[in-house]
Amino acid sequence: MTLNYSETIEKYEPTLGLEVHVELNTKSKMFCGCATEFGASPNTQTCPVCLGLPGSLPAVNEKAIESSILIGLALNCSIAPFSRFARKNYFYPDMPKNFQTSQYDEPICVNGYLDVTIDTDEGPKVYRIEIERVHMEEDTGKSLHVGGATGRIHGAEYSLLDYNRAGIPLVEIVTKMIPGTDKYAPEVAKAYVSELRDILRSLGVSDVKMEQGSLRCDANVSLSPRGSGTLGTRSETKNVNSLRSVERAVRGEMIRQANLLEEGGRVIQETRHFQEETGLTRSGRSKETAEDYRYFPEPDLVPVAPAAEWIETLRASLPEKPSTLRKRIQESWGVPDKEMAAMVNADLLDTVVETVDLGADPTKARSWWLGEISRIANESDVTPQSLITPASVAEVIALIAAGELTDKLARQVVEGVIKGEGSPREVIEKRGLKVVSDDSALMAAIEAAIASQPDTAERIRGGNIPAAGALIGAVMKATGGQADAAKVRELLLKHLGQG
Amino acid sequence: MSSIFKSASAIAESLSKGESSAVEVAQEHLDRIAAVDGDVHAFLYIDTEGALAQAADIDKRRAAGERLPALAGVPLALKDVMTQQGIPTTCGSKMLEGWRPPYDSTVVTKLKANGVVILGKTNMDEFAMGSSTENSAYGPTHNPWDLTRIPGGSGGGSAASLAAFEAPLAIGTDTGGSIRQPAAVTGTVGVKPTYGAVSRYGLVAFSSSLDQAGPCARNVLDTALLHEAIAGYDPKDSTSINAPVGKMVEAAKKLDVKGMKIGIVKELSGDGYQAGVKTRFNEAIEALVSAGAEIVEVSAPNFEYALAAYYLIAPSECSSNLARFDSMRYGIRVGDNGERGAEEVMRMTRELGFGKEVKRRIILGTYALSSGYYDAYYGSAQKVRTLIKQDFDAAFAKADVLVSPTCPTTAFKIGEKADDPLAMYLNDIATIPVNMAGIGGMSLPCGLAEEDGLPVGFQIMSPAMKDELMYQVGGTLEAALLSQWGKPLLSSVPALGAK
Repeated sequence: MTLNYSETIEKYEPTLGLEVHVELNTKSKMFCGCATEFGASPNTQTCPVCLGLPGSLPAVNEKAIESSILIGLALNCSIAPFSRFARKNYFYPDMPKNFQTSQYDEPICVNGYLDVTIDTDEGPKVYRIEIERVHMEEDTGKSLHVGGATGRIHGAEYSLLDYNRAGIPLVEIVTKMIPGTDKYAPEVAKAYVSELRDILRSLGVSDVKMEQGSLRCDANVSLSPRGSGTLGTRSETKNVNSLRSVERAVRGEMIRQANLLEEGGRVIQETRHFQEETGLTRSGRSKETAEDYRYFPEPDLVPVAPAAEWIETLRASLPEKPSTLRKRIQESWGVPDKEMAAMVNADLLDTVVETVDLGADPTKARSWWLGEISRIANESDVTPQSLITPASVAEVIALIAAGELTDKLARQVVEGVIKGEGSPREVIEKRGLKVVSDDSALMAAIEAAIASQPDTAERIRGGNIPAAGALIGAVMKATGGQADAAKVRELLLKHLGQG
Repeated sequence: MSSIFKSASAIAESLSKGESSAVEVAQEHLDRIAAVDGDVHAFLYIDTEGALAQAADIDKRRAAGERLPALAGVPLALKDVMTQQGIPTTCGSKMLEGWRPPYDSTVVTKLKANGVVILGKTNMDEFAMGSSTENSAYGPTHNPWDLTRIPGGSGGGSAASLAAFEAPLAIGTDTGGSIRQPAAVTGTVGVKPTYGAVSRYGLVAFSSSLDQAGPCARNVLDTALLHEAIAGYDPKDSTSINAPVGKMVEAAKKLDVKGMKIGIVKELSGDGYQAGVKTRFNEAIEALVSAGAEIVEVSAPNFEYALAAYYLIAPSECSSNLARFDSMRYGIRVGDNGERGAEEVMRMTRELGFGKEVKRRIILGTYALSSGYYDAYYGSAQKVRTLIKQDFDAAFAKADVLVSPTCPTTAFKIGEKADDPLAMYLNDIATIPVNMAGIGGMSLPCGLAEEDGLPVGFQIMSPAMKDELMYQVGGTLEAALLSQWGKPLLSSVPALGAK
């Protein structure tokens, strides 16, 4: 590659479009009574309806409608008084009916927006992301293609199908085209998905776990030569399953397209797959010969026509906005803007809140998560949350406060927990990291130090307090660093008549 | 006297009086089937064991003093398009050979709750597409009036089983006339209730917005009894009507049409209608006038587009409904040799599993729904549907019910129209508008055509959710004709199974 990111931005302007699929956390599926629990044995949460058996019919899950309306309201959308489901027809083994029941040209929510704030060179800046539509659909089953080089159906030796996911309610949130984000495009994309995720979580309508696929993002990216006023051909990147990946995928795709254009090539309208390992996208199926889905209104379902009073009841029940909540947290903790932004950008606010809720001091919790734990996470290219739980961090902080750990020991404990050696207490036990707070044990070490350096002891007795450093060092060394240095100092000075 | 020549209500009466047992009645019908079905071929599956067990259960409950529903212990023939748990359901297609559904359709659930004894599954045009039962993958059904002639379709098996005295009751389904046209050509009674009156859950869909299950019998009262047993709101079918079932039996027993306005639809008579059909139809009108009805002529100018619109809507929906038959989960699988991919196996299975007429309609529908053609075909057809509804609304403003011959001709010869799909489609010219508007329609016999001695059907159409009206008019007409003839039409059916 010849162009890097800043060169890309010098020459081209990006336009984004984001489609987010959210699995709702309803107890039952979109069109039948089957359970939706994640991780059940394959094909145990199925019935004639979600298996698409001949003669079966769908019946709409009211709770899914409610969740969709809540999402629409939280995103400032209009709620359609009348919307319909359609059939999207195509053949694929993980689609039991060989059509997907999905809203199409008559979605339940339209025309909303979501404001996101990102840190720019000129300070915090608000971007208004316009929402085109929020619509309901059913998820497909899951296929696992075994054998073959690509893991895709072509060339596979055989395929395994799990229909537990078939019929799980999905809501798709589609933005309008997002121009004008310039070099911040990757950050804006990430901030949008992050803000959306926080809203969905606050509504309680989804588990919003990107790693489990309950929130999935497709990123549409196109470039146009700077100042040209034209719109480039877009690619659609799928398989983006973490906030960090959203940012990386947009950045990577911008660089790829810029280099392609630079070499005189042309961007093809296609689906691309994000690859976590490389941060690059690889070509999927081309959309140039667009598949004809033969959409038509689903004749097995009556239109969705929510009563106006119901919508107003739901509007009144909306929870506090995550952005308002953040403001409140910031004020109550007294956190400066920059640090608050750092926490949000690192996607650590919820984690810190959770740690504080478990009794930890906010400043300490923040410093552990953003400091030591983030450092280790960065080294191994993973998220801090995947390394250690808020409960363990809160426990470590509590142990320091109780004087059972020093900061230095605590770092070793955290390292042990991350390495999988067990809970903080187990790590302390296994590694023998307890603070030596037993006075008699310390006194023995102090006396031994005095005996080995009688001259130094004499100087201290004579009032040369700074000389104590050498003896304290010896005691710390003798106790393997497990003594509390302040305590050693106190005992030593007292013993030598200076306390 | 054997129960086979009795009506359902007469059988019910003798059962409730203890004059016969349900097991005897079931056995007599099973014996009759064994004797004549080799000639008629009304049945695709005979559930001897299940029927006798069900009958024995009814006898036991009656002996124990339980109050049983009106039709408890009365045998019935079920069209093979309805699922019955554990009983083969083929829809007359090779595609579903060997499939035993794991669930009961709502109609079957209701039949079982009413103690109706299900004898077996009846033959039909493949996936209910046809007007002669010649499109069954398992060979045609023969008309008991003349074994060289068709029994109508798609529900030829159900109608023939009634005319051959193999069952006193049958379930049919009607998408464009599949209950009424077979009733007309076999001299039996068939009712297509208002769309949504009977649940479609478990009815293997041909065209979801047109399909409607309904009762078939040898007289109007029996259809009314069966109607009340199977109708009612079903939360599993979103399109089912959430309202109490009307009093059909009471209406069938009224035998009074004084002051009722009966509308003759101008467009459903005249050219193309066989002379003998017209004669008998006019005689029936006279009988109604004698009974005190007032005759008005109504016009439905848009009916001329009904057939064309029907052959866009029904195939469109069928192309999507039948997509699920891909060999992946149930039914036959062709060509899976461990080498071929899923797509090729799907293609080979659909090539072999579907018959000519089904393929013709899938291709038609796929084309009609294609992007670029949708508006011109499916979109326009839906508009025609609205116009037909408006025609009916206008007509029902002038008349309580509308009438016409059910079919232009009497039963034609097997093979006569098999290679001329258009001529075949014209059979349903008078029945299709009823489905397009979602209203109720009944066919009852009004005599034998002079020229060929075959039954002629009289169609009564009633406004949506006013199915009682067609039972009232049908019951009155039936009584009037019976007093003219001195004996039921079906007593003239040639003797069968004289081996």
